[in-house]
Amino acid sequence: MKEKLVLIGNGMAGIRTLEELFKLEEADKYAITVFGDEPHPNYNRIMLSPVLAGEKTIDDIILNSHEWYADNGITLHTGDPVVEIDRIGRQVKSKSGKSIAYDRLLIATGSSPFIIPIPGADLGGVIGFRDIKDVETMLEAAATRKKAVVIGGGLLGLEAANGLMKSGMDVTVVHLMDILMERQLDKPAANLLKESLEQKGLKFLMEAQTAVILGDERVTGVKFADGSEVEADLVVMAVGIRPNIELAQKAGIHCERGIVVDDTMQTFDPKIYSVGECVQHRNNCYGLVAPLFEQAKVCANHLAHLGYGRYEGSVTSTKLKVTGIDLFSAGEFNEGEGDETLVMQDPAQGVYKKLVIRDNQIKGAVMYGDTMDGTWYFQLLREGTDISGFRSTILFGQHDLGDAGHGDEARVANLSDDAEICGCNGVCKGEIVNAITTKGLFTLEDVRIHTKASASCGSCTGLVEALLASTVGEGYAASPNKQAMCGCTEHSHDVVIEAIKKEELKSMRELFEYLNWKTPDGCASCRPALNYYMLARWPEEYQDDAQSRFINERAHGNIQKDGTYSVVPRMFGGLCTPKDLRAIADVCDKFDVPEMKVTGGQRIDLFGIKKEDLPAMWKDLSDAGFVSGHAYGKAMRTVKTCAGKTWCRFGTQNSTGLGVKLEELTWGSWMPHKFKLAVSGCPRNCAEATIKDFGVVCVDSGYELHVGGNGGIKVRVTDLLCRVETEEEVLEYCAAFTQLYREEAHYLERTAPWVERVGLSHIKQCILDDEAGRKALNERFKIGQQYAQIDPWKARADGAQANEFTPIELAV
Amino acid sequence: MSEWIEVVELTQIPVLGSRVIKTREMDIALFRGSDDQVYAIRDACPHKNGPLSQGIMHGTSVTCPLHNWKIDLNSGEALGPDEGCANVFPVRVEDGLVYLQLKSAEAVA
Repeated sequence: MKEKLVLIGNGMAGIRTLEELFKLEEADKYAITVFGDEPHPNYNRIMLSPVLAGEKTIDDIILNSHEWYADNGITLHTGDPVVEIDRIGRQVKSKSGKSIAYDRLLIATGSSPFIIPIPGADLGGVIGFRDIKDVETMLEAAATRKKAVVIGGGLLGLEAANGLMKSGMDVTVVHLMDILMERQLDKPAANLLKESLEQKGLKFLMEAQTAVILGDERVTGVKFADGSEVEADLVVMAVGIRPNIELAQKAGIHCERGIVVDDTMQTFDPKIYSVGECVQHRNNCYGLVAPLFEQAKVCANHLAHLGYGRYEGSVTSTKLKVTGIDLFSAGEFNEGEGDETLVMQDPAQGVYKKLVIRDNQIKGAVMYGDTMDGTWYFQLLREGTDISGFRSTILFGQHDLGDAGHGDEARVANLSDDAEICGCNGVCKGEIVNAITTKGLFTLEDVRIHTKASASCGSCTGLVEALLASTVGEGYAASPNKQAMCGCTEHSHDVVIEAIKKEELKSMRELFEYLNWKTPDGCASCRPALNYYMLARWPEEYQDDAQSRFINERAHGNIQKDGTYSVVPRMFGGLCTPKDLRAIADVCDKFDVPEMKVTGGQRIDLFGIKKEDLPAMWKDLSDAGFVSGHAYGKAMRTVKTCAGKTWCRFGTQNSTGLGVKLEELTWGSWMPHKFKLAVSGCPRNCAEATIKDFGVVCVDSGYELHVGGNGGIKVRVTDLLCRVETEEEVLEYCAAFTQLYREEAHYLERTAPWVERVGLSHIKQCILDDEAGRKALNERFKIGQQYAQIDPWKARADGAQANEFTPIELAV
Repeated sequence: MSEWIEVVELTQIPVLGSRVIKTREMDIALFRGSDDQVYAIRDACPHKNGPLSQGIMHGTSVTCPLHNWKIDLNSGEALGPDEGCANVFPVRVEDGLVYLQLKSAEAVA
């Protein structure tokens, strides 16, 4: 017979306690019943501000669906608050009349917005900002009414005001003090914040005391103590929260401001626990999510009868969730007597940082504009680190100043493993890195699902992404040879590449059989890789498998988020004629192309093309002389060029002409990843050749060849391969380098990490030292090109793969 | 709305590939496995409505082209750590022809 656990309150703290409980082995000790006042399953209350601002929908912020409750055997009563706790009979009674017995009871009733007891506070259109219903009321008001007044310039008030403004209302924030968010900010930071919010369109009445809310049935305005008035169709009170303790109080449980609990989250009644905003612990009530989650962990430990968790209070830090405003605050940010302060101010950039120092330790921090190092300062603060050793540079942040191009990534790489990344869920860097490496995570979504980091308020998303970039990048460089390609096999990329070559594997079936693939058809990760490897090795014989290509390569366009495609016609070297441009313009008119854009690679991108229209569009482009730009593929993309000697007074060689020749040589070639080229006519390098996979910088005496550069997440400047004297040599070395990359790199490995993995000296050996090898590479590249330079657009315009582009219409 | 509708010849669907069926109400993706088993699923990933028909099929599942969610073609359920479900429709193959049964609008909605 299971013990009965009843949870009063279906919010974040209570449900988190259950989740923590389920993580423990003793979890199935209980039959669980949950009562909630609101009609919804548990949702992410912190994300109400983005919902109000229209950046998220209510569905986006649901944390636990009804299925979750069902799957975990929880009986859920929504819209039915508990009205009485019978401690002697050990049962609770709900509003609808249900009586449920308990062995353990968990109270997580949360808090309510404090409504200032002034005349008119009960009028229609006066609300707090607490739950989905409040948000719905506000969105409704925003649709039909114009003016809103938000009373309270704290965290919640400003988020509410921002949301209302974004949904189209004229919003005035009324604040009693002369400093916004005075519990988190000092005056200079608050002023910066006020300025940016004013620029966004919010109005402020500072040091204004609300006296009366005006109106008969519905609010019409607000009157202040000094006699002035403002009009209002909606008043949101956001002056603070009050723990919901009435139920506990009525049952005789000891309460002060909140329900008083000890370090085990136990109340005065040993059968009854409490967590969340309704709790008072060591004289503190918390209104932020991170402490509540810490409480939940401890409480679950005791509900599971483990008995060793202790909650000893939290130091909190705050970030404001208003898009475009970076703000961080922690600890004692207003200096006391004898404290030192370190301040950095850059008003033009809107950056302000202040650290309060006592006895060589950080006691508080306020940051505005650049909050990247907030996490670091917060860690130094909590750990009481002696900062005297790096005090002179501490305000510049933790990152290595000499490591410019890498930015955020280098900064997170410097954090220690126990640095907290996600304040909401208490997730440290070490846990995230561990999850990324052991579970093979590659996306932000993965990390959110597996660690919960960045899954609550989202303000640490940038940090998590930077961690991903640095971790995946490192993992790649460290031990790529041993890693299995994917879950379908134990073999690494290198083993597979070698087998394809040695065993002459020329079809998917042969390969699966020979290498004992564990899945019948591979997966979406290995099939495109295998297709590429066989195509690159056996261009003359291997039959390209359309179903093993990502949709972009199968449809020869870039799929966009709405399911339409984008089309980029190739313009060799970026050169074009009036006739070319007219032809593109005509195509755009004919197919109602909603948007055109010049790309970073100097080509023209046509957006919003329906898949069914692609072949017809390609026919027109093909008739006008264009071939596919392969902007969608793991393929040779474009050759970017500058003006060159023909026009530019600095030009040393004909960079556009050479660009055209390089593009004519390489177009159509499938690659392990995208591959970009550029030719600059002089060392001023206007074509940015030193961040390309293969870049040419022209000099007076010839051509510098650069390899392995990369823009993107991690910028990498090219390595100089060599200097050559003639255009013919440029073409030969380019083809050889490209072929070496095609044959040796792992699928989805850009040249930058490849060069770092195999080393520049290896590449020099193959291409510079071994002339015969270079010529052979060059030869193999050209053989492949005979099969690759068949324009896929023209082929499809002529009817190839017609089924791919033709839907089946059903008249039902 | 529950009769079997003839939609296409089996050979007109590529092995491990798909065709899109446009109905008045929605798009349906028709997949053909390596064993010629055919599956019909609403052409919208439960995650962000990505067109599943454009994904890569393997075994009895498809990987959505937008964010790599893996969807089981038998049940429509998301696999792995993701949660969500797309509607699936009954399909049968007879004499090389694929027949599809559309559920009533209520069941689909």
